[in-house]
Order: sequence, then structure tokens, then C-alpha cells
Amino acid sequence: MHNKTIAELSAGLKAGEFSSVELTQSYLDRINSLDEQLNSFITVTPELALEQAKQADEQRAAGNAGILNGIPLAQKDIFCTKGVKTSCGSKMLDPFISPYNATTINKFNDSGSVMLGKTNMDEFAMGSSNETSWYGAVQNPWRKNAVPGGSSGGSAAAVAARLAPAATGTDTGGSIRQPASFCGITGLKPTYGRVSRYGMIAFASSLDQAGPMTRTAEDAALMLNVMAGFDPRDSTSVEETVPDYTANLNDSMAGLKIGLPKEYFSEGLDDAVAKVIESAVKEYEKMGAVIKEISLPTSNLAVPTYYIIAPSECSSNLSRMDGVRFGHRCEDPKDLNDLYIRSRGEGFGTEVKRRILVGTYALSEGFYDAYYVKAQKTRRLITNDFNQAFADVDVIMGPAAPSTAFNIGELTDDPITMYLSDIYTIAVNLAGLPGMSIPAGFVNDMPVGLQLIGKHFAESKLLNVAHQFQQATDWHTKAPAAFK
Amino acid sequence: MQWEVVIGLEIHVQLSTKSKIFSGASTAYGAEPNTQACTVDLGLPGVLPVFNGEALKKSVMFGLAVGAKINERSVFDRKNYFYPDSPKAYQISQLYYPIVGEGHIDIDMEDGTQKRIGVTRAHMEEDAGKSLHESFHGQTGIDLNRAGTPLLEIVSEPDMRSAKEAVAYMRKIHSIVRYLGVSDGNMQEGSFRCDANVSLRPKGQEEFGTRAELKNINSFRFVEKAINVEIERQMDILESGGTVTQETRLYDSEKNETRSMRSKEEANDYRYFPDPDLLPIVISADEIEAIRATLPELPDDKCARYMDQLGLSEKDAKALTIDRDMAEYYETVQQAVGDAKMAANWILGDVAAHNNKNGIEFKVCPVNAEQLSGLLKRVKDNTISGKIAKEVFEAMYAGEGDADTIIDKKGLKQITDTGAIEAIIDEVIANNPGQVAEFQSGKDKLIGFFVGHVMKASKGKANPGQVNQLLQQKLKP
Repeated sequence: MHNKTIAELSAGLKAGEFSSVELTQSYLDRINSLDEQLNSFITVTPELALEQAKQADEQRAAGNAGILNGIPLAQKDIFCTKGVKTSCGSKMLDPFISPYNATTINKFNDSGSVMLGKTNMDEFAMGSSNETSWYGAVQNPWRKNAVPGGSSGGSAAAVAARLAPAATGTDTGGSIRQPASFCGITGLKPTYGRVSRYGMIAFASSLDQAGPMTRTAEDAALMLNVMAGFDPRDSTSVEETVPDYTANLNDSMAGLKIGLPKEYFSEGLDDAVAKVIESAVKEYEKMGAVIKEISLPTSNLAVPTYYIIAPSECSSNLSRMDGVRFGHRCEDPKDLNDLYIRSRGEGFGTEVKRRILVGTYALSEGFYDAYYVKAQKTRRLITNDFNQAFADVDVIMGPAAPSTAFNIGELTDDPITMYLSDIYTIAVNLAGLPGMSIPAGFVNDMPVGLQLIGKHFAESKLLNVAHQFQQATDWHTKAPAAFK
Repeated sequence: MQWEVVIGLEIHVQLSTKSKIFSGASTAYGAEPNTQACTVDLGLPGVLPVFNGEALKKSVMFGLAVGAKINERSVFDRKNYFYPDSPKAYQISQLYYPIVGEGHIDIDMEDGTQKRIGVTRAHMEEDAGKSLHESFHGQTGIDLNRAGTPLLEIVSEPDMRSAKEAVAYMRKIHSIVRYLGVSDGNMQEGSFRCDANVSLRPKGQEEFGTRAELKNINSFRFVEKAINVEIERQMDILESGGTVTQETRLYDSEKNETRSMRSKEEANDYRYFPDPDLLPIVISADEIEAIRATLPELPDDKCARYMDQLGLSEKDAKALTIDRDMAEYYETVQQAVGDAKMAANWILGDVAAHNNKNGIEFKVCPVNAEQLSGLLKRVKDNTISGKIAKEVFEAMYAGEGDADTIIDKKGLKQITDTGAIEAIIDEVIANNPGQVAEFQSGKDKLIGFFVGHVMKASKGKANPGQVNQLLQQKLKP
């Protein structure tokens, strides 16, 4: 049962092959017996899950079951969930039980789906390996001691290990696509503004976007059908019609114009990974797509631009974690400053502190123009590059990450190299574009993700392109040996 | 040395929207602590602000009223600082692109001339919560009801040269926001607050001296006193050869002194940057014109009209138009009675005096405009005299009913029946033969004596004009 996709499970529920309670219980059992090896969940919510499953079964019996009705899902611990611990991977929010639901959580509840629990993540989504989580590193299901990627490492590992049919992730600089690549699953970061950010704990507000992490493009389409849409509680969400994302999955690839940015295939890219990507592109050629080399000349500016903008925004966003109203508070504060300094000093981990310091510096008087304002300008240049490229091509393709998953501890003392593992994903966030990573092959038994980048609000096209690849290949069906 | 005082004001006006500037919580004053603070106001993880368009409309109205440029694109910035009553640890404000650009108002000087004071800008922002230091046994209580109340911060040019000018500017701004209905201007409840930047420079010097910022002065009277003691303090320093420190100071109204809060060195670096949770506020020229069309007549225009069309003196016209409620009251009475001068005299005289004595505003005056009109009509049609009218007004103010009821009940109707007046006159003449003889021998002034006696005998009800006329006839030798 656990190897089935959402689409298959939904059909099984509909046909009465099993109930949601049975399905949910089987996943809870798997989590119970297998997650010890992975640490992919921070919180498992069995009582809530079984209650929701029971309700889903009742709804189905009453004849109003939508496609996600009764489907168990895992939610990244960045989404506020009423009555359930919402830690964001941080000691700071370890005591935080959210009094409200994120819009995304409300939408999944309304869909009749079931929440299995909250997945592990880099602290406040800051990291590319899931090692910054206060709840400990997550193992990559494909190889012991390899990282699952981050920040949505728990979600990626849980889906790859079949502990959940699908999960949510969030992506600020690659946090859905890079772990999807490392764990061999399908991850979609929608266009900025496509999915509400309300109740999703902010890292970098102008970059954060939630999306599905699934095993297939079809499942991603089913998830996005629930998640997408304007939210009056999020001023940056966009009033753009939500299509049925499954409608165009079967469109032909004949004549599809694919752009390959030469900058994405140069220095820094692992040769073996490059070969996997090249053969994936050939697959599209076989289907009738037209390949074109393009250039994104400002690609080299993406990482430095991102590491000004994201820390600047996070330094302000995380200021509300002050020990006053919620979250961690130090013992016996002497005075107000002591309360602030010790609560925050104890509550935040090293990477979070590093970014708060970088952001505080970049925004401070005398440096603002040189850093923040300049970064906004280069951000504009990066966006212009993409706009120009999309005048000639329908989809841009390349690697999702420069390598396969590295080992736990390998890069923790080398933040710059760690930051560079998002080199191909970051520009997409800066430009607000939709991007995906889909399984494209293996290097030394470790998965490699092919990145697809689309025009603004072209999620349907991306899902179509991804689905067609998955019709022609079976990389996405491979499961890690220990979790088959 | 001769010193010149330089003053600029920053006025914080709470905009009278029903809900907060970035959340749906109520802005009503005086609720139990933290009962009007929703998840957004509490700054919980994950919440996002959504801008309340009413705040924009009210801000634009103010901008138009002071002849300012309205910026079609304005942007919210975050002002970052830690304080327990600032739940997000940043205040959403507008630094780089405010909604209202340069404008001006004219204030009245004591010598009867006017002076133009520049408005540098006005921007929208959110109010903070309140820290409550009493009754928490050494701890501090936080009330976030006020957090997120919309504010318009109005920044003046450093154009004022005395505390009196500063107060005149502040009163004018207060009058304008109340006229526009963009704020209730209630200073006790903190709807209208003022910071003053004060500095001194040698007379004739172009360059400004070092300024001190006086924080949060919440009444017209305290603004004047605070500025004056600050001027004295700075003058003492400068006269004795010292230098003024740039700092923020607090006015203590009990001790009538200012004291240092924090120096420039201790000042926060607020790390302003555009709030990525909010889109730029865009308003088209057409939308601005639509708002302009809703502007009420403003005090200066009203004052001019009262002088031109109603023939009031400048003094009366100004006095009547400072407060919008008073002006509306006046216009109702003036139209009903058809006597602009009489209405003005009554409202600026008896009505204002009673209201002031009782601390009552015109909006809730116990004698409303219709009731006062009823009274004045009875004076106009000679039912009662002006003197009796004052007595009736007292009774009306005390809640005894409208003018006609009181006149009836108390039998105050003027005696205009010639026969009845003649009878009284005859009696007065009969009782005062000596005075009659004196009058008839040429002591004309004694007419007052007879009028007084007749009025007294009629309990003030005899028509004074008739009494005078009949007495003259009867006393003729």
C-alpha cells in the first residue's frame, strides 16, 4: 500500500479497497517502526490523524469525498497547526503550540486529507542539509549518514522512505527542490504569490513559497490544486485563477522549446550529475522537444544577492521571537535586555544567528545602500535575464543541485560551500518563478534531480513536462532499499 | 546675545478607522487589556499584515486639506527595534516614500497677521501597544489593544519661532483633522500626540543649532509649557558658554521640567527597509480627485464665508469655525433664526460659557441647535425679551424642556397688551409723584428709573420698547 501514489490511494479509497483509518494506521505504523532511522518527523500526531481519518471515512460514506479525502500527508513543521507544536525546527519555538492554522493547513483540512505529523527541517528553514534542526539531523533514506538536503529535509526523507504518500515543503532558495533532488522525489516550488504564506513561519518574506513534495508530478498537481489560490490574509498572494493542474498533464512534448543555460553546466557541477541531466534532456528530445542553449549571464550574482536579501529579511522576521509572548524564555531574567539577550541567545542555533547578524549588518545605517539596495538591483537584473530567456523558450532545464547528497557533517564548517549547493535554485526564488525537481537518474546509487523552471504562473506547463518524463522513465518509482 | 528659537513638530494622529491598520481587530478605546488584539496584533509566528484602505482615504483627505502633494505610490517600511509593546519588534511605517508630500497651513499670529508653516510630509504607520508599569509588583504589564491602531504622523518644517506659534500650529492641525473627520482628536485618549524639536541659534545665523526632541506631549497647554522650559534650559546652557546635546527629552508636567531620555549615541539604528509582506500602496489621480470631492468645507474657507456672506466680524467668524461641531451648530441656528449676528452672540456668549463651565462639547450640548433656534425665534417675534431669554436658556440647559414649554410653564410671555402696560405705568406714576415732578422739570435721565420700576412690577415681562414709549407719553407735562 505504501508504494502507491496519492492518485492510486485515492482510487483505492473510492473503490472501498481500504478505509482512510486503515490507510492512516498503516502509515502511522511505518513511521513508528522506521522513522527512528531517519528522524524525519518532529511531531507525529496519531490521535489527530486517526480522528481526521474517521471523519474522512464518514464524509466518504455521506458521498462528499474529494480526491484528497482520507489521504494521509505530512506537513513541514513551518506551518502553524492549531493545538499542535509548531517548532520550525528551533528550540526557540519548541514550547510553541499554535493557536491558529496556516491557510495551507486549513485548505488541506477542508480537502478531507489527514495530517500524520510535522516534519523535521533546518531551523527556521535556514540550511541546505537539515543539519541545523534543533531536533537533530535527518538521514537520507538512500544512504546512511548522507543528508536529505534542506531545509525541507524531513518532508523529502519521509516521502522517499514511504512514511507518507506526500508532504508539504517550503522553498526560499531551493528548500523544496534541493532535498527533492537529494532524496529522489518530485518537488514543486510554485510562482511567488501562488500559495498563501499566511501561517507559514517567515524566513525571507519576499522569497518564501510553499509547495508539494510528492513521488509523481500527477500527485504534485493534486496537491497544488488544494494549496494554490489567492488569500485575503496574504497581501503578496496573487489574484490569479487557479486552473485544474491535472488538466494538461498529458499534453505532447512535440515542439516544446527547452532552454539549457550554459552557466548551469559549467564549473562547479559534478561531471556524473551533468551526464544524468544530459541524458534526461535527450529523453525530451526523443519526445519531440527542441533544445536550445541559452545564457543567464547574471547567474553568478544569484548567491551573493540572495545572501544579502534573505538574511536582511530574516533578521527582521525573527525579531518577534523575543521571549515575551511565546516560545523560549530564559530562566530568571535580570532585566529586559537580559531577557532578550539570553532568550534569543539560547533559543537560536548557530546558522540562524549567523544569518541574523549578516542581515542586521546589511541593513544598518551606512551599509543599507551598499548592500540591500544594491542586492535589490541585482535581483532585478536576474529577473530580467529570465524574462529575456523566456522570450525564446518554454521551459528552462538544468541540474537542481551541483552534486548528489553529501555526508552529514561534511560541510557544516564550510558555510560558503553549503550555500553553493543552492546555486541553481536560488535565482528562481529571486525571480519569483516556479521551479521543480524531478528524479532523473542516479550517481553511485544516489538520486539526481532534474530542475525545470517555468514562466510566472506556468505551473501547469511544468507539471505537464514533468509528467511526460515520468511516463517515459521510471526513476521516480525507485525506492530506497531499506524502505521498499 | 539675542537667540532665535526654532521649533518643528511631529504630530501623531490616530485615524478613526473601525478596525486596525493591518488587522481586523477593533480600534475602540478603553476595552479590557488585550481583548482587542488578534493573532496579527500579537505578532504570532506566521501572521501577515493586510492594509486597511480606510487609513489611506483618511490620510489622503488630510494631505489634500493642507494643499500637499499626494504620492500616487507610497511604500511601507519596517522600523526595527526591540520593545515589549512592539510585538513584531518592528513598526510598520513609511520612511522612504510617504503617502503625503509637502504641504502647508497658515496660522494666526498675535498681531493679527498670518504665518505660513510648512508641512514636510505625513506618513501612515501603526501605533504600539502600552507598557503598564503600575500594579504588577515590579513587573511590567503589556496591553496590545492599541497595537496596530492607524496613525498619521504629520511632520512640520522647522518654521515656528515660539511656543505660541507651535501651539497655534498644533491647534490648526487639530482643527483640520477634526473637520475632516479623520480623527476624533481626543488628546486624553492619546488620539492626538505631539513631539517637539526645539533648538536655539544666534539671531541672524542661517545654520540651525543642536536640537532636543521633546517626546509625547499630550495637551496644548503642556506643549507651550514644555517648549518654554526647554528654551530656558537651552538658553542657560548657551549663555554660560556650554553646548546643547542632541537628545530625546521627556517633559515632566508635575515638575515643569524636561529631562534626558536618551542621547544621540544611544539612539537606535532602526534598520529601515521596505516591508516585503506588503505591496506598495498605489492610488490613481482619479481616485485622489474622488476623495477631494468628499472634503468638507475647511475652517479657513468657512471663516471667510461667515465674514463675506453673513457679515460677521473676523473675531467672531474665527471663534465659530475653530471647532467643526460648533460651526455646524452655528449654521443650524443661523439658518433657522435668520439672524447671523444674534446667533453668533448667543453661541459665543451664553452657550459657549455654559459648555466651558461644564466641560461639555458642542456635539453633546444639552441645548441642541434646534432648541436654541426655538428660543431665539421667541426673542425675534417679541414673545420674550433678550433678558428673559437668558433665564429660559438656563432652564433649557438644566433640562427643563424646550423654550415654548418653559415660557408657558413659567408664564414668561412678554406683556405687549398696551392696556395692561398702561395700568402698571399709572400705578408707578401714582406712587412716585416726586420723581414725576423732577422729570417734568427737565431731569430726562429719570426715565430709566420709571422703566426700571415698570419692568420690575411686570416681573420683567413687559415689552421694554412699549414701556418706554408709553412712559414718554404719560409723563409729558
